[in-house]
Amino acid sequence: MEYQNLFTQVQVVAPPHHGVSIDPRDERERFGQPVLIHLFGRLGNAQLGPIYLGGLGIASLFFGIIAFQIIGWNMLASVNWDPIQFVRQLFWLSLDPPLPKHGLSLFMPLNEGGWWMMAGFFLTVSILLWWGRMYRRAIALGMGTHIAWGFLAAIWLYLVLGFIRPIMMGSWSEAVPFGVFSHLDWTAAFSLRYGNLFYNPFHMLSIVFLYGSALLFAMHGATILAVSRFGGEREIEQIVDRGTASERAALFWRWTMGFNATMESIHRWAWWFAVLTPLVGGIGILLTGTVVDNWYLWAVKHNVAPSYPYVFGTPIPDPATSGFIPPAAPVITGVKP
Amino acid sequence: MKQLRKFWILPALLACILVLSGCERPPIEAVQHGYRGIAMDLIYNPRILAEQADNNAVPPSNGPVPAEGPKAGAVYKNVKVLNNLSVAQFSAFMVSMTSWVAPEQGCTYCHNAANFADDSLYTKNVARNMILMTQRVNTQWQDHVAQTGVTCYTCHRGNNIPQQVWFKEPKQQTGNGLLGNKDGQNTPVAASGYSSLPNDYFTQYLSKNSNIRVQGDTALPTGNKHSIHETEATYALMMHFSKSLGVNCTYCHNSRNFSSWEESPPQRARAWYAIRMAQDINNNYMEPITGLFPPHRLGPTGDVAKANCATCHQGAYKPLYGVSMLPDYPFLTGPAKPALKGQDSAPSAKSVAMK
Repeated sequence: MEYQNLFTQVQVVAPPHHGVSIDPRDERERFGQPVLIHLFGRLGNAQLGPIYLGGLGIASLFFGIIAFQIIGWNMLASVNWDPIQFVRQLFWLSLDPPLPKHGLSLFMPLNEGGWWMMAGFFLTVSILLWWGRMYRRAIALGMGTHIAWGFLAAIWLYLVLGFIRPIMMGSWSEAVPFGVFSHLDWTAAFSLRYGNLFYNPFHMLSIVFLYGSALLFAMHGATILAVSRFGGEREIEQIVDRGTASERAALFWRWTMGFNATMESIHRWAWWFAVLTPLVGGIGILLTGTVVDNWYLWAVKHNVAPSYPYVFGTPIPDPATSGFIPPAAPVITGVKP
Repeated sequence: MKQLRKFWILPALLACILVLSGCERPPIEAVQHGYRGIAMDLIYNPRILAEQADNNAVPPSNGPVPAEGPKAGAVYKNVKVLNNLSVAQFSAFMVSMTSWVAPEQGCTYCHNAANFADDSLYTKNVARNMILMTQRVNTQWQDHVAQTGVTCYTCHRGNNIPQQVWFKEPKQQTGNGLLGNKDGQNTPVAASGYSSLPNDYFTQYLSKNSNIRVQGDTALPTGNKHSIHETEATYALMMHFSKSLGVNCTYCHNSRNFSSWEESPPQRARAWYAIRMAQDINNNYMEPITGLFPPHRLGPTGDVAKANCATCHQGAYKPLYGVSMLPDYPFLTGPAKPALKGQDSAPSAKSVAMK
């Protein structure tokens, strides 16, 4: 059991360190005395702080809190300010996008989508500021900006859903509501309206990358844990020498599937799979309704969807085309005028 | 360390129970309903079907009564609807109706005990119209009810008012009208299948004839402007169909292409007529007699109780599992209408899930 390493077994405790020194101007934004928290150490690093907030962070939190408040107070109002119902119904509550009649108008009654417009605007500002913060912090530490670009892929999907596609469709009502169940219902309705999203090839690709990400993550995580008894998680010392944990990990995959990633390229695989999930997903959403109206019929047209035998005898034609006339209104008796 | 691990097991088990508590307890029975391998399955839970069985049993009957003999209209006074029945039929039907609709109150639920011909009770006037409605359903709506037909019992099942009826929802007043607009959705109620979908759509589809079809019939956009908002209302209505009949989507649809009639199981056409039938019942039989009812029988906005799928079906794919009560009450129906082609082709044995 001691060598299975599924849970953190050992915590190395040392005096907390402030981290590498950065630009003296930025250094002023870094505050707080670092402390060690044992429970944090069971999940990740035990050290909390120092914290860097900075101008972008403060601005992002400011706008994010505004959006959060708009959504939250609307939800609370929709249960008539009853805090108990707010908790009980929280998953059902929602701030919905503007009604279809408002089209792409920028101004509409607050209660018919105005609040949604404001919440969406402030949330978008907040997210973009947070992106800038991630980019800037990576530069400040002399890192590459891979994390920021990965985050931007997710922001792309968010913007397609709530901003770019509604504009292309000419109606804010196409956008996603802010709510737990309501956004799931939106997803199902979206697929129903546009003829089954599973036939959308970009949706297919997105699923491949999503499930692929999970698989790669599991393979990589398991591999490193499996060689951690040889110190496999300490990558740099391992890569160059023969007989190390790293070489065993590589050999394991070469034996089992004939091919292996390297200590470095496995992270490239993971990054691309993760980034491509929302990237191609966003393309698929953007094409829906704008370029393709019914994905199932599109798939039939391009020989993606096979046809299967009809097992119920002769298909029944659409009754709406049968010339059906409902019976005429009857004479009702016994009603006093 | 080992002590600690034991300590983790309890919360983990509790979490599992919490996560699973929203799910239906197995067993689940899947019955093939379409070509093999394409997930065209009907999903049933035998335990839940067994619970429903009693509610869907046909009540005992004394069998058909001779139609010969003096007519009720000639023997009794003030018989307006059933005057062509023999006295024997008339009396037997009155007894049956009492047991179907007012088993506790008895004859005096509709009749003045001192003078049965008297029209003073509103229930008697309502009953007359409801008998006309039943005859209309059995003669004009055979596209939906076929030769099985309906009787009072189909909906009433021993209740004065059928248990599953709908009223117009009063407009929700939330947050002083400035914020917190629910727009008739986002509330956990049965009408939306406990989802966040719209829950006040019956007026739209079962009184008014609003458009239900939202999918386009061309691959590329050719002017189909139906919104997600509209789609959610359609979706909610379909959830009502599903819940009312105790079936899943594939009972009527090939779920890979919901809108296609070429790929849909034949049951879908029955449902198409059912929507029109519900509109006929609600607009031509219920709305006009609103004035007959005392206020306590009306809804929160003063409208009359109206019918939807659940009123008759009550969770069964066919009310009373498709057993017809009409042979004992032939006067509730008329001659068979010529059936639509293909409509009554015997469904494959596999497609009938109920045993």
